Amino acid sequence: MDYLNALALITNYILLPGLTYGSQLALGALGVTLIYAVLRFSNFAHGEIMSFGTMVCILFTWLGQSYGINFGFLPTALLFLPIAILFSVIYCILLERIVFYYYRTKKSDPIVFLIASIGVMFFTAGLIRFIIGPSDQSFNDGVRFLFTVRDFKNFTGLNEGFGLKTTQAITVITTIALCFLLFWFLNKTRTGKSMRAFSDNEDLALLSGIDPNKVVLLTWVIAGGLATFAGVLYGLDKVYKPFIFLQMLLPIFSAAIVGGVGNPLGAFVGGYIIALSELFVTFAYKKVLGYILPEGLGPDSMMQFLSTDYKFAVSFIILVIVLIIRPTGIFSGKTL
Amino acid sequence: MKKLFTTLLALCLLNTASFSDVKVGIILGFTGPIESLTPDMAAGAELAIEEVNKSNHFSLGKVSAVRADSTCIDSSAATAAAERLITSDKVNGIMGADCSGVTTAILQQVALANGVVMISPSATSPALSTVEDNNLFFRTAPSDARQGQVVADILKDMGLKNIAISYVNNDYGKGLAASIETNHKAAGGKVTISAPHEDDKGDYSAEVGALAQAGGDILVVAGYLNSGGKGIIQASLDAGAFDQFFLPDGMIGESLPKDIGSGLNGSIGTVPGTDSPGDKKFEEMAEAAGFKKGPFAGESYDAAALMLLAMEAAKSSDSQKYKSKIMDIANAPGEKIYPGELKKAFHLIMEGKDIDYVGATAVELIGPGESAGNYRQIEVKGGKNETVAFR
Repeated sequence: MDYLNALALITNYILLPGLTYGSQLALGALGVTLIYAVLRFSNFAHGEIMSFGTMVCILFTWLGQSYGINFGFLPTALLFLPIAILFSVIYCILLERIVFYYYRTKKSDPIVFLIASIGVMFFTAGLIRFIIGPSDQSFNDGVRFLFTVRDFKNFTGLNEGFGLKTTQAITVITTIALCFLLFWFLNKTRTGKSMRAFSDNEDLALLSGIDPNKVVLLTWVIAGGLATFAGVLYGLDKVYKPFIFLQMLLPIFSAAIVGGVGNPLGAFVGGYIIALSELFVTFAYKKVLGYILPEGLGPDSMMQFLSTDYKFAVSFIILVIVLIIRPTGIFSGKTL
Repeated sequence: MKKLFTTLLALCLLNTASFSDVKVGIILGFTGPIESLTPDMAAGAELAIEEVNKSNHFSLGKVSAVRADSTCIDSSAATAAAERLITSDKVNGIMGADCSGVTTAILQQVALANGVVMISPSATSPALSTVEDNNLFFRTAPSDARQGQVVADILKDMGLKNIAISYVNNDYGKGLAASIETNHKAAGGKVTISAPHEDDKGDYSAEVGALAQAGGDILVVAGYLNSGGKGIIQASLDAGAFDQFFLPDGMIGESLPKDIGSGLNGSIGTVPGTDSPGDKKFEEMAEAAGFKKGPFAGESYDAAALMLLAMEAAKSSDSQKYKSKIMDIANAPGEKIYPGELKKAFHLIMEGKDIDYVGATAVELIGPGESAGNYRQIEVKGGKNETVAFR
């Protein structure tokens, strides 16, 4: 029984939140890594594109709710996700046409792209605050829990338990489905293969008759779509607040780099590595050890490696270690 | 020639001093983590100013209010706003600021340097009791040293022995958490953990994870209701970590039960307040003026009223002259003055009689010029903050 209690504790406080947060990071990192693979620059505006898509989704959700539309026990926002994706894809294409196209035809250095993307980031952040304001918005109107901690405890009779939020289930399932779809697209379809070819060797791809503009546009479409998914799922699960997307850039980039930047599988795995290690390192193991160790040996102190204040430092530390030991990342992407 | 010049100059100064209007700066966090409370607080202060203007008995002329944004958390923005109030708007006194950190910053960097009186309606950090203030700083809110006692008393009465504390990582949170911890331990209770949280994070599950491992009968959330405090409560409920929360004054507001929903029912809290007749009177006045008597609105009314009464008693809007009158006005002996009776107060002062300003919140200034402290005990019932007792 004691092992079960310890397992329930870890599931409730580390595994479930970690998998959910990891999925959100993975979706964000996939977008970053795709842009890097095809366009060869780190897109700092990615966090704000997530925020932009989420904002559009919230605005349409409010509009829908005022007409009495809802989605049963699922959040209404999911109904309006396609519209939000459409808007953020259009926004991404506009960015490409107005900002990045110019530098692409000039064949500018990646650093110039990077600086331009920072400019885009600030512009988008301003636009978002202008439209929806800086304060936080909760827009999750579905059923909050599939089962709560109390339900679980009553059902199993354990001392500890875990609850499953509807949004956690939606996030993990959606992420895995999207990743399958993306990998199928990249590996099996003709367009996907042309994208990979373009990423591998631009000149050879041009010689084989691949249209670069088409590939670039497609990349922006996929990145914009993934960003909106990531933002909306994060907002549903936690809260939508324009300020947090700048904070999220660090873990997203760590995830992409740890997995191997430019490698989609790496971004996917990297998201979970960053999220779970943040939680494992800052968790207090007092109760867990109390259950696992024999009677009387349970520790009195909190058994916490790092205070939760240092949560973001964990992504930094992993990033530094990976860059020193294995600069190409776990799944050998490109070196930065 | 020289004499003529000095006389002229003196005349000019005399003119400005005796005939110009009085300006009161209202500096509160209209944006930031307590932005849902500040509109009512400012309305409270402006209500007092309006009452003074209507009375026609204020000998220093018309009073006007100038608002400025303290942001509650950004000290550099707050001091810049206060600097503007004093140097360009030329206010004669400051009603504010609200949060302890920015209040300390404004006091030390702006008010002391310019010699302007500050009366804060809501800064409650114990550190402000001992800060160097040249007798320029007062507060109609009690120190958290007192709130810590009240919180410990309530916890003891309700039989809650083991408590966990999560505090916002700033002057207010640290001061209050330390005060609650000391008092609770002195009363024989146990504090399982006292950990800080940062405002404006998206996700608080890691913080709540640590709190939950320490355990406790109740989680004391010494934070802000529109920011990290709300995040901690939401994450605790999601993880099933705590069922009951203790909400000190920064967490009391109508928006919190509305945002959190039924999970908050049964939680308890404290907010400065009193059952004196002034409170009821002020509530009616606020309703008539079209705003709600939210937390600290009464303290704001009292802060502005005290400042203007002291100016009248000193017959001057010069901070150096009226600062010494504030304690006399606020405390016994004298005739008791309730909200809406400012006209009577001016009359009595004119006749040279003593007054004891009671106001909306039963003001009694002690020690270095801070409220002695009366609290309402709040319980969240059916999605509403309800007052169940007075302490």
